[in-house]
Amino acid sequence: MNITLDLIVFAILAIFIVASAVLAVTTKRILRAATYLLFVLIGTAGIYFQLNYSFLGAVQLLVYAGGITVLYVFSILLTSSEGDQAEKLKRGKFIAGLAATLAALGICLFVMLKHKFMNQIFEHGELPVKEIGFSLMSAGKYGYVLPFEVISVLLLACIIGGILIARKR
Amino acid sequence: MIPMEYYLVVSTVMMFIGIYGFLTRRNLLAMLISVELILNSVDINFAVFNRFLFPEQLEGFFFALFAIGISAAETAVAIAIIINIYRNMRNIQVKNLDKMKW
Repeated sequence: MNITLDLIVFAILAIFIVASAVLAVTTKRILRAATYLLFVLIGTAGIYFQLNYSFLGAVQLLVYAGGITVLYVFSILLTSSEGDQAEKLKRGKFIAGLAATLAALGICLFVMLKHKFMNQIFEHGELPVKEIGFSLMSAGKYGYVLPFEVISVLLLACIIGGILIARKR
Repeated sequence: MIPMEYYLVVSTVMMFIGIYGFLTRRNLLAMLISVELILNSVDINFAVFNRFLFPEQLEGFFFALFAIGISAAETAVAIAIIINIYRNMRNIQVKNLDKMKW
């Protein structure tokens, strides 16, 4: 297989994502973990851009990297005191968690790489936003107006629930 | 063209990093960050399957889109709960949350 520009970009993104994810779950300071999570989310948006799903990448950047990370940083600053570090886990528990994770990862990778997928097609070219908008709003086959409405009700319920739970008594 | 399996390997590794963090972290916010990693890896899978196997339909695309919205809502509610716990107990370490334990 020859090395193309696509492959180089993908390799950089993959290394960036995996390294940031590992750091996000192993670093001692929780604020740093949130920052590494931000890096993972930005790398994922890069993968969406590479798949020619620019709209999905933009949504990922706006909602995840822009919204959720700010929420995390805000709540970390509210709830943890300065110099707060992750407590040491017992060695047995640490090893048990690591072994279970590695075993499951091995099984999943084995099954996934062994499986013969259908023939893969990759068409270059952007997905037009007009098409996304029409199928998001159509009620026919392959139309998504029902989940669209349901998610708006869900977000309303979340706003009310969040205010009710976190309000001052 | 990059084979689809490369993307799937990245998302699988990311998912199990999230599971590892969920198992070993002892802080509620750090566990929530790990859950976020798991959700994110699933979104990658949806988009990749849509792009490579069924490029003429948009089901995986919309699944990923709605999953992003739902995980935002889930994070907001979870952080509200965590802040409420902090207000009541002054702590969000898992080992201290045993008031409702039977």
